[in-house]
Amino acid sequence: MQLDEFFVTGEPLIYIGMAAIVLVSGTILFVLTYFKKWKWLWAEWLTTVDHKKIGVMYILLSLAMMFRAGVDAMMMRLQLAFPDMNFLNSQHYSEVFTTHGTIMILFVAMPFLIGLMNYVVPLQIGARDFAFPFVNALSFWSTFFGAMLFNISFVIGGAPDAGWTNYAPLAGSELSPGPGINYYLLGLQLSGIGTLATGINLMVTILRMRAPGMSLFKMPIFTWSTLITSFIIIFAFPILTVALALMTIDRIFGSHIFTLTGEGLPMMWANLFWMWGHPEVYIVILPAFGIFSEIISAFAQKQLFGYKTMVWAIILIAGLSFVVWVHHFFTMGAGAFVNSIFSITTMAIAIPTGVKIFNWLATIYKSKIIFGTPMMWSLAFIPSFTIGGVTGVMLGMAAADYQFHNSYFLVSHFHYVLIPGTIFACFAGLIYWFPKMFGFQLNRKLNIWAFWLFLIGFHVTFFPQYFLGLDGMARRLFTIGPEWFTLNFISTAGAFVMGAGFAVFVYCIVYSYFKSTRDLPGDVWGVGRTLEWATPTPVPKYNFATLPDVKSHDALIDMKEDGETTFDEDKLESIHMPNYTGQPFIMTAIMFFASFFLVFEWITLASIGLIGIIVMMYVRSFDYDGGYHIGVDEISKIENSLRGHDNE
Amino acid sequence: MKSQKGHYMMRLSGVVMMVALLSGCNIDVFDPAGPVAESQRNLIVYSLFFVGAIILVVYSIFTVFVIKYRANRKNRKESDYKPEMHGNYIIEAIWVAVPVLIVIALSIPTVRLIFQLEEPPVSSQGEEPLVVYATSADWKWFFSYPEEDIETVNHLYIPTDRGIEFRLASAESMSSLWIPQLGGQKYAMAGMENTLFLQADEEGTYLGRNANFTGEGFAAQTFHVNAVSDDEYNQWVDNVSENEPELTQERYDELLAPGLVDQMTFSSTHLDYADHGSNEDRDYSVERHGDKYDEQLDLYNTPGWNPNEIPE
Repeated sequence: MQLDEFFVTGEPLIYIGMAAIVLVSGTILFVLTYFKKWKWLWAEWLTTVDHKKIGVMYILLSLAMMFRAGVDAMMMRLQLAFPDMNFLNSQHYSEVFTTHGTIMILFVAMPFLIGLMNYVVPLQIGARDFAFPFVNALSFWSTFFGAMLFNISFVIGGAPDAGWTNYAPLAGSELSPGPGINYYLLGLQLSGIGTLATGINLMVTILRMRAPGMSLFKMPIFTWSTLITSFIIIFAFPILTVALALMTIDRIFGSHIFTLTGEGLPMMWANLFWMWGHPEVYIVILPAFGIFSEIISAFAQKQLFGYKTMVWAIILIAGLSFVVWVHHFFTMGAGAFVNSIFSITTMAIAIPTGVKIFNWLATIYKSKIIFGTPMMWSLAFIPSFTIGGVTGVMLGMAAADYQFHNSYFLVSHFHYVLIPGTIFACFAGLIYWFPKMFGFQLNRKLNIWAFWLFLIGFHVTFFPQYFLGLDGMARRLFTIGPEWFTLNFISTAGAFVMGAGFAVFVYCIVYSYFKSTRDLPGDVWGVGRTLEWATPTPVPKYNFATLPDVKSHDALIDMKEDGETTFDEDKLESIHMPNYTGQPFIMTAIMFFASFFLVFEWITLASIGLIGIIVMMYVRSFDYDGGYHIGVDEISKIENSLRGHDNE
Repeated sequence: MKSQKGHYMMRLSGVVMMVALLSGCNIDVFDPAGPVAESQRNLIVYSLFFVGAIILVVYSIFTVFVIKYRANRKNRKESDYKPEMHGNYIIEAIWVAVPVLIVIALSIPTVRLIFQLEEPPVSSQGEEPLVVYATSADWKWFFSYPEEDIETVNHLYIPTDRGIEFRLASAESMSSLWIPQLGGQKYAMAGMENTLFLQADEEGTYLGRNANFTGEGFAAQTFHVNAVSDDEYNQWVDNVSENEPELTQERYDELLAPGLVDQMTFSSTHLDYADHGSNEDRDYSVERHGDKYDEQLDLYNTPGWNPNEIPE
């Protein structure tokens, strides 16, 4: 293979991308070396098994990916606003929308939410860490390396270009030769290992490691939504794993599972993909609902209205999410009866979702709303998401869907649920729990700027797209006729406002790092209701010195009434902690290289990688590291110094 | 009965006009030219009433509550704060019941229309629908008229007021035939034949396209539908049969190769060589052209090029 076949050549934009990659990696290497931070990086981060640090790394990964996929979005919008400028050609445009969609769903939405779950859930249920800290580290690093593998595709070998749904037979080896689709298959496979493991980890953690007295119906609502999400992950992700593996075998080893030749079943891909893909949508929306519920109830200074109904609504939505997948291809010709059934199940999801909307509204009824920045994102979610929800019902009406399908109406709909739902929740959750994570708050003024820019930009971008879709504009078109120019231009203008909002948000983090006050109390916002706010800020590495008896789902409210804290000197015991280990990092790094070789179908090198993975598994299996204990004296010392200002 | 229906239609078109005015241009889906698109437009408008009502209710409650229950609002009363309120089964039952009723109200006409769309349009039931095999190939459309023994590429002639029975298939990737002003879309796949009924009542030229992404030339895979009167249609058929060349297998295989082609007309169909919707011929195109996807079209938007243009 020639070097110019290995690297993508001939595209000025991709050369810019390469230059940026070299520049950024060079800077990182330089900074690490200059400030002698290599050892710190390895000892504190790359080898960590602490759920709090892993959560932070998930969120950092997600923000970086949001930047990458956001640039993709900007490029698409530029092309559609000025098609005559020929900013992107057709092939390049296909690659850009494919990576935009895949990265936004799998490497932005999921890691961000899993990052927040990582950080918050053990703190909400009074656990020291995840049930399996080693596996948690392994999960993160496989997600990280999966994301990296997917991301290098555009400079090495060529990016996938069959859409994020990667439909067969288009994505088969005949119609899409080259390494692009292999990157998609193996990048997702690698990160999928991590997601599945995290699902199991979260489920066991929540079911087995709750504080005394915390029965299932006394769990905070975010923990509930995480538990349900982990069930969806465990049932849905194996389907993706199998589908990806089958197509990988098709492409690399020449089998005929999804091919046109040899009696393959291309339509089976669409079924398998969406049997995972639809539950996946709820994997990224249910935790968001949980976050909004927490924040709305906290800043309204009032109990969540209809807590039990909310929980049952989540469970019902999760159940229904597995029986609606056909609505992604009503137009495939499954017949009137099948389409009718899936139409009704799809619309039925609106019922529990509507109930949740009204319960949030009832939560702010007779409340005392404080407009903290997390609350602003959460309140903006309600009206914005409602538009996405009702258009979702319209799409669920199969007979009407024949006109909406594959059009910008659909594009607008899913951005209207995923952005106000998932992305707003990510921002709200990050701002809300940020002081717990880093010990300082984000600047309010800059945050409000970011909020309004992003919110207004969002509506300006996506609202016109409903009309474009109704006017016959199909999705994934790289160029358009003059009848759609105006609305597309407005949409592009909005996208840049959104981009500015994101930039301000990132700037806000940097600014606050330098300017914000430290020394915060445990309940930073003064409105906390759940156990995570009972810990001192920043959270000590063992989380809880002692645990209270939990009496309701608003544990902190009860503790405040009873004058309890998570530091009861009489009940102190030494705490067992796991040791940090580099094995997860090394093992997934080997997986990364093995997958990379498989992308280029270099079987010998990939096999060597496989042997490396097996060796690492062997090493891990005979690793008798029993961890260490933190003594009572040390806990006492840490707690007293951290809680000094709480007692003032 | 008829005047009542007319009244209903007027109200509907009032709403449609409103929507059209809102966006400042004619919207294809709300500007149907046949009974199929019209029935779908009516269903969409029907759903918009519910959608509008839901949005109105949620937005009103939201606005009132957010303004009224601000912590720093002046004149807050002590009774405006009930932190212990945790739920109310009667109220919650109401907002479970109302969405259930809405879903039922939307499901009934939806299911009826789903079944109706699988049959030829009611308004032209007296006449057998015109059968047209629509075959998608990378990145063009072949339309075969088996009874007339005519084949067109990237354009289509149909008589008005007569049902058209499209037999959909694809030579390779899954595509979707969509003519927004005549009705909703359906997938065209290799190895499986789908049937789609459409009909034009108004004469005119409409834009059709492949709506499902199929790779590099996807944006250019559009075609024009010329809906003409019965007489004009018959004239066109006679004219084509006399004057246009036959479509040989050689020529067909050539046209099948991945790439873009102009509008063409032939006086015979490709159905004798390959029926891509059948299981035997599902790999017909891949067998012949499967090795040509390494090369790219390098498709740019040349200034002034408009894939949607309808020639006058």
